[in-house]
Amino acid sequence: MIEIKNLTKKYGQVVAVNNISFNVNKGEILGFLGPNGAGKSTTMNIITGYLPSTSGTVKVDGYDIMTHPAEVKRRIGYLPEAPPLYRDMTVTEYLKFVSNLNYVPKKKQKGQMADIMELVGLTDHRKRLVDNLSKGYRQRVGLAQALIGNPEVLILDEPTVGLDPRQIIEIRRVIKALAKERTIILSSHILPEVSAICERVVIINKGVIVAEDTPERLSMGLDRAMKLSITIVGPKDKVIEAVKKIDGVKYMEASSKTGENAYKYMLESQTEEDIREKLFFAMAENGWPIIEIKPSVMTLEDIFISVVTKGQEVQ
Amino acid sequence: MFTVAKKEIATYFKSPIAYILIGLFLLMISILFWTPFSAGSGDFMIVLENMGFFLIFLVPILTMRILAEDRKNGTEVLLLTSPTSLTKIVIGKFIAMYFVFLVITVISLIYPLIMVRFGGVFTVQLAGGYLGFLLLGASFVAVGVFASALTENQVISAIISFVALLVMWMAGAFSAEVGGFLGTLLSWISLLSRYDIFTRGILGLPEIIYFLSFTTLFIFLTIRVIERRRWIQG
Repeated sequence: MIEIKNLTKKYGQVVAVNNISFNVNKGEILGFLGPNGAGKSTTMNIITGYLPSTSGTVKVDGYDIMTHPAEVKRRIGYLPEAPPLYRDMTVTEYLKFVSNLNYVPKKKQKGQMADIMELVGLTDHRKRLVDNLSKGYRQRVGLAQALIGNPEVLILDEPTVGLDPRQIIEIRRVIKALAKERTIILSSHILPEVSAICERVVIINKGVIVAEDTPERLSMGLDRAMKLSITIVGPKDKVIEAVKKIDGVKYMEASSKTGENAYKYMLESQTEEDIREKLFFAMAENGWPIIEIKPSVMTLEDIFISVVTKGQEVQ
Repeated sequence: MFTVAKKEIATYFKSPIAYILIGLFLLMISILFWTPFSAGSGDFMIVLENMGFFLIFLVPILTMRILAEDRKNGTEVLLLTSPTSLTKIVIGKFIAMYFVFLVITVISLIYPLIMVRFGGVFTVQLAGGYLGFLLLGASFVAVGVFASALTENQVISAIISFVALLVMWMAGAFSAEVGGFLGTLLSWISLLSRYDIFTRGILGLPEIIYFLSFTTLFIFLTIRVIERRRWIQG
């Protein structure tokens, strides 16, 4: 649905986005992750046709943004970092204006606006001036604006920034509901948000893509090994010896004593292969009960930091 | 195009700015109007000529926010990422500004009508003079819209268009003094000398074409400036 190829954007001497390429498939939610100033907003501004790229191509549904801007813009709903609102208009007036900008037929406007306001929870606020709305509601108006014209693609730049936790959950719910029939790119520097919503994550730092995968696979660690934290009741040395005999175990070490005869171990497998079953039967054979198995996953935070700092070391 | 125009017109009449401008302009005309009227002259052309001069102050205030504000508030993103083309957006904005100008002009018609009521004659010349005023207004508004595209600061935009209009107003007077190439250049941008033709009661086709081309040129330049800015920075 969205193809980005060798995209570069320079502001004078400063390279904001450096030769990035990625695709987003139809119906997918892609998380676009990076620290502030990594080039997320610039990339989004280019995809939506607000800024021209220095080089490289962006295609949406097969249309190139440079040669067919109107076709692309018709297919994209964009919520920029700061919602582009006119404060002297009421919510309804504003959405009507956006409908006209997007050439929504007059007959359809009312119904569509009502549906969208219902979806994002603005129905009760439709007659209020944008100026008098709280930040959370303004964000909703911004989201509603992006949905006008029923675009197939949504580009959301930090859609939950500045909202309170309840509103964040609410907006995420809305985004997930939208995702059923749309392709979405969502940027954020808040990691749990991305792992909560997105099917795939692209991490960008200093204008370069540093990682790209599903949140789960990224969480397994970049070296693709499975890490477990286990507690087994049994003689320490014998347990280690027995576990190391299991196929695929790369590393096993006792980390602490947690009870009489019970030890906590750190275990790492060689591959992505799940060794928990084998582990269970091996221990059962010996009569050493496993009282805890916890996959020790890297949180996206860990990944993010490791990826970003790795990038710095290379430089 | 009309979507943008309608929205902008609504914005102006919802805020006090349109009313303040109308009031201000009427006040200026009233003072001007007093002069020939008290002298017992029925010649409105002098007033009309000075009305042109007051536009130099009025138009920059009118147009200063039209594009600058969108840039400052980030609503420019909404406009530029919508399927509506930049040309339509800019023309829509120009139409809105010209509409406000038309409202002011129509209200100013009270004064010639007062004259007619008290024995003056609404002549063809006067109608021609008003046509000149409408054309002059279009050129001024186009310059104002252009200045608003140059900056996101409304005050700076107003100053730019004010200075530009003032230079164009006085260029004719200087062109004869300076002479040579610069003189020719100044005479090209001299709006006053063209406007004078109308206020003298002559309906000049070249002048009509001049004002229309001038307006078109500045609308075109506005579009180019916005395009160019997007290429240069973000």
